[in-house]
Amino acid sequence: MENLVEIRGLKVEATTDSGRRLEIIKGVDLDIAPGEIVALIGESGSGKTTIALTLMGYTRTGCRISGGSIHVAGKEMVTLSERQRATIRGRDISYVPQSAAAAFNPTKRIIDQVVEVTHIHKLMPPTEARQKAISLFKALSLPNPEQIGERYPHQVSGGQLQRLAAAMALISDPKLVIFDEPTTALDVTTQIEVLRAFKSVMKKSGIAGVYVSHDLAVVAQIADRILVLRNGEVQEVGSTETILNDAKHPYTRELLSAFEPKPRGDHADLAQEAKPLLEIDALTAGYGPLQDDGLPLVRAVQEASITVQKGRNLGIIGESGCGKSTLARSIAGILPASSGKLTLDGQQLAPSARQRSHEQLRELQIVFQHADTSLNPAKSIEDILGRPLTFYHGMKGRERSARIDQLLDMVHLPKALRSRTPAELSGGQKQRVNFARALAAEPKIILCDEITSALDTVVAAAVIDLLKELQRELSLSYIFISHDLSVVEAICDEIVVMYHGKKVEQITPAISKIPQHPYSQLLFSSVPKLDPTWLDSLERDPELVKAYAHA
Amino acid sequence: MTLSTPLSSKFSYSFSWVGMIGLAIILFWAVIALAAPHIIPYPIGEIVDEDYFGPMSGKLLLGSDYLGRDMLSRLMMGARYTVGISLAAVCIACFTGTALGMAAAVIGGWFDTVLSRFLDALNSIPSKLSGLVVAAAIGSSINVLIVMLAVIYTPGAYRFARALAVNVNTMDYITVARTRGESILYIIFSEILPNIIGPLLADFGIRFVFITLLLSGLSFLGLGVQPPYADWGALVHENISGLPFGAPAVIVPSLAIASLTISVNLLIDNLPTKIRDRSV
Repeated sequence: MENLVEIRGLKVEATTDSGRRLEIIKGVDLDIAPGEIVALIGESGSGKTTIALTLMGYTRTGCRISGGSIHVAGKEMVTLSERQRATIRGRDISYVPQSAAAAFNPTKRIIDQVVEVTHIHKLMPPTEARQKAISLFKALSLPNPEQIGERYPHQVSGGQLQRLAAAMALISDPKLVIFDEPTTALDVTTQIEVLRAFKSVMKKSGIAGVYVSHDLAVVAQIADRILVLRNGEVQEVGSTETILNDAKHPYTRELLSAFEPKPRGDHADLAQEAKPLLEIDALTAGYGPLQDDGLPLVRAVQEASITVQKGRNLGIIGESGCGKSTLARSIAGILPASSGKLTLDGQQLAPSARQRSHEQLRELQIVFQHADTSLNPAKSIEDILGRPLTFYHGMKGRERSARIDQLLDMVHLPKALRSRTPAELSGGQKQRVNFARALAAEPKIILCDEITSALDTVVAAAVIDLLKELQRELSLSYIFISHDLSVVEAICDEIVVMYHGKKVEQITPAISKIPQHPYSQLLFSSVPKLDPTWLDSLERDPELVKAYAHA
Repeated sequence: MTLSTPLSSKFSYSFSWVGMIGLAIILFWAVIALAAPHIIPYPIGEIVDEDYFGPMSGKLLLGSDYLGRDMLSRLMMGARYTVGISLAAVCIACFTGTALGMAAAVIGGWFDTVLSRFLDALNSIPSKLSGLVVAAAIGSSINVLIVMLAVIYTPGAYRFARALAVNVNTMDYITVARTRGESILYIIFSEILPNIIGPLLADFGIRFVFITLLLSGLSFLGLGVQPPYADWGALVHENISGLPFGAPAVIVPSLAIASLTISVNLLIDNLPTKIRDRSV
């Protein structure tokens, strides 16, 4: 059969601000048969989105297609004029963006935006387009398919909006749909519904797809073939089965091994000396004006009681909005708790960081999710790491300089990075600096708020290994907050599951890995597995899903 | 066309030629203002021409004014007042405005509310009008002019700095500094200021232009720099009757004002930008 897409020797180059040309796609070949779903997988910066966008003849500002050919449905996208490309975009090739929330116009009703494509390309009369949109809503198993289009984008949930974006892409009966990380921003429990909807619609309509993702487990569920990319070059191509079971290329194996569960090995000291380091007793925190009972209007965390033992790690997991970050912020004193007690190493902590002593602040450090915003872009790495040394330990001059070298060494960064600014570092390097700054204070406990979720799988696995190594050397304790169960399992001795601001369960993986609470069961079962049959064979109690998932 | 000028081995900047032209004109006027007393061909008060509104000639390069005084000398001395007063006023306005703005953003709460409302009230008075009132009430010496112009332009600088600092203040690195126990002064000057200095400098330039124009406007109305001294606005004012004769005495100071304000704008629109791609 004739291929729908044939890319040969595609090259894309970008021009930097000093006028230097940089090749970001270095000769890529790609074929897609009609009705086939091909996944592009790789870390950020590997060029996967750039390739997907070139299918529409589009490159981002500053980039241009410098070589090769792109045949899509018999047309040569490279040589077409911009006007000719516009007639193809949206009609023959459509695009589902990563963040549907940013892609919808907040001031227009959803249905008007979904049918807009048919209007632009004059494909069908408006009433027919609306009928078609509603049938797509049904096919994507959206609730109230008849009425949901009348709402505005902010009135539906993130998972629903992502499916509505897919409806927008599918309404013109395209030959090819590009999915650009469509589920990355969703919770695991929601992701399943969205993936299922995508998969069934694509299979039924026989539309070919390009699925861009960095998550191998998600891709395994939906793709027929996988293309592994790195630095703008194809590392390996193969059917999903082959890639998962019989990967040839070392980079693919590295990606796969980052997925293997690495349970925490050293539980040896579990039985002995359980000395509490941090005790959280009935902590309540939230936002908004105080009510008559002295509690805030919106209580993001309610009566949470958690104990962290010395030298052990505690994981807090739950989906977005469950209050896990608020809990971290109130432990750190950024958002003072409105009631409850915090005790660190026998000393009671004041609710607000301002009232805590210098020593107490030093002993408890927090590391944030986004290294981009936690490192001051105007300062060099040296200044960033040096400040806590001067501030807490009064170090100056040569002593301080030597200690900065030591810290960089601890987090496995070359000393040459000292004089750089954060913008000149990669995502993984920034997160290491972010962590090194917390280490500079020589704390007893470090709160890690989703520190790996902005990182690629391979990089995240390396950061986790680093945390384990440092713990052994420095006898630290971590509170590890994440929505990713595999990350938490890899490093934590105890796992607390949070839902709606409440602690629903505490699990000790060493003793029992089977969650008891229904929400924990749902959450644990929703984590995608590398097995391609996982999504189809997964059975979820519809009652449970209705009660807990916000799909 | 961009020219990249390596300033040190590690940092290189690109600086467009439009910005360079702007900078050159500003430097030209700054040198004139500084050197004026030593290079003027005639004392500014001396009548050197028998005719008034004399044309440009070899003896009087820019002609003579309405009393027959040398225009070139008066223009050079006028640069001292126009550039000097404006510069002093803009420095005071931007320093107070920025310091207060950053403090308000970091401290927040009551301090922010009270200060913001007070400066909003000050801002709501039209600038020319308040200039007129002050000059009429307490007269206009150079010191009064500087303070008055500074006060008029402080609220704007405050608003601008506060808006920038509020954005930076929500960044995680500020939260990290707070949980480390840093003082407010450290947060303001060490964490926030380096991140907003670029836009602040641009604002400084715009405000300098505004002040120059307001000062020239006041002088034109006779409320600015008082005779026998004259800034460029006053020069336009006192020679306005030369307009029907097409006398250089009225055109030249107008061109001087235009050249200074336009070149400041050219410079701040084309400030040198650091090249991020260092692997060249």
